[in-house]
Amino acid sequence: MRGRVWKFGDDISTDLIAPGRYYHLRSNLPELARHVLEDADPEFAAKVKAGDFVCAGRNFGLGSSREHAPAIIKMAGVGAVLARSFARIFFRNAINVGLPAIECDTAKFDAGDELEVDLENGTIRDLTKDVTVAFHPLETAMRRILEDGGLVEHIKKHGDFAIS
Amino acid sequence: MGLTLAEKILSQDLGREVRAGDFAVFKVNLCLLQDGTGPLSVRQFRKLGFTKVFDPKSVVIFLDHAAPSPKCELSNDHIFLREFARETGSALSDVGDGICHQVMSQYYTSPGDVLIGADSHTVTGGALASFATGMGSTDVAVGMGLGKTWLKVPSTIRIECRGDLPLGVYSKDLMLHIIGKLGADGATYMSIEFGGDTIDKMPMSARLVLSNMAVEAGAKVGLMASDAAAEKFLRQYNRGVKYREIKPDPDAKYASVMEVDSAKLEPVVACPHTVDNVRPVREVAGTKIHQVFIGSCTNGRLDDLAIAASILRGKTRHPETRLIVTPASRRVYMDAVEASYIKTLLEAGAVIMPPGCAACPGVHGGILGDAEACLATTNRNFLGRMGNPKSFVYLASPATAAVTAIKGVITDPREML
Repeated sequence: MRGRVWKFGDDISTDLIAPGRYYHLRSNLPELARHVLEDADPEFAAKVKAGDFVCAGRNFGLGSSREHAPAIIKMAGVGAVLARSFARIFFRNAINVGLPAIECDTAKFDAGDELEVDLENGTIRDLTKDVTVAFHPLETAMRRILEDGGLVEHIKKHGDFAIS
Repeated sequence: MGLTLAEKILSQDLGREVRAGDFAVFKVNLCLLQDGTGPLSVRQFRKLGFTKVFDPKSVVIFLDHAAPSPKCELSNDHIFLREFARETGSALSDVGDGICHQVMSQYYTSPGDVLIGADSHTVTGGALASFATGMGSTDVAVGMGLGKTWLKVPSTIRIECRGDLPLGVYSKDLMLHIIGKLGADGATYMSIEFGGDTIDKMPMSARLVLSNMAVEAGAKVGLMASDAAAEKFLRQYNRGVKYREIKPDPDAKYASVMEVDSAKLEPVVACPHTVDNVRPVREVAGTKIHQVFIGSCTNGRLDDLAIAASILRGKTRHPETRLIVTPASRRVYMDAVEASYIKTLLEAGAVIMPPGCAACPGVHGGILGDAEACLATTNRNFLGRMGNPKSFVYLASPATAAVTAIKGVITDPREML
């Protein structure tokens, strides 16, 4: 995966990703996706390109359980979310919708940097700065689900959880 | 080595011992959907090929976040969920019945249950010794279809609270204090286990506040042992037979233990825009407040309305401060009418909204204007949470909320008690 960095800070809540004032658009994800991360960066939704990366600090996705949050980040074309750490429900939801969520040291990356993410080997190469950052691979349960393309595909394929 | 509450409940569910760090697939006793997350859950449920829920008595669908509906799109979501409830035989808690977590506590959640809810405040059920946790729509869709879910058994932070809370200090202040110390991600992926004589003496209404906000420190669950208070609560709703004593072992292994000297606490507020931005009320006293909101799954119970009514009796709200009160459930509303709290609050200038989430998630029922500040008894103050990213939300106890409504500025409740 290769794309540009969109930089965000710490504590990006699901209210910033999928604001409550667009609650009525939750059954219309393409429309909701036009407002993704609007309250954290008003230009993001219009300017993000397929394959770009959301790159944030600590506790990304804290707050509500709305799966719409990772779903519209994915729908906007984002290849993966990289963060110093994730809130639990967002992390689980991201994997369930097939959006890679990578916990790593994001401090080195700046807005606009070109990154190459290798999920298999657990490395991120910043092509702009020529530095490589390693990350821990997902735990087995989550890797199985992500490799199947998300939880719906996982259950349809196995008829049950196959996480060990 | 003994078991924590999380380990104990999950081991009993599985029928074999599991420890922090273990992964397993667990039997689910209850599934909860609400009108914000439910429609996606139902679409995923169908995409998964399911037509029946694993047990219709164990699936409860709530219309509470946008109730009554403020928009046609949401009215259509309500129709969609009502039809799903009818088709599958699942229980439906319709507009005006109340907030999912309050209604679950009253009528569904029991000690030892594994409850998964498509709502982050599902953790509220931990006060009844239920392994109650929030998940996304797809996880709950699978839970509804298969009657199971996968979990990593969490490690535990034990919070030992000793001593009596001083006058004017409530379980909300205690929990904000704890979150301020832990930080908004201090318990991420973990279980918080509350204990100590402060908790032992609390009625269920106060305990539910603690469990409800465990997620604001990132926790997966916020558990406490079941005891006589839990049994009394279940009896109150004719569910005494559901009572079961579940306690952690004395030699349980905790990741850490935090001790709180409850007697030394004072009223606090969480300032914009994170829940861990906690300061003593006295430090922000005098801040202009345009709207006071008393309600939510955190503090919309009868005891909360009783505190507010006792402070507001014979007084009126400040002319420049709106006061919105929302009982957490139909039962709470009826009891508050019976006890004349509603009359007192109306006489004090309050607007009473129908039971539901109302102003808290920013969908309707009290959306703030630009640059306005709200002091709310809710659980989140994130930028934009109450519907306007140009507004400010402070979180506090019902007592602090009531005195603030009278004065029009943030006020220490001890001044009026």
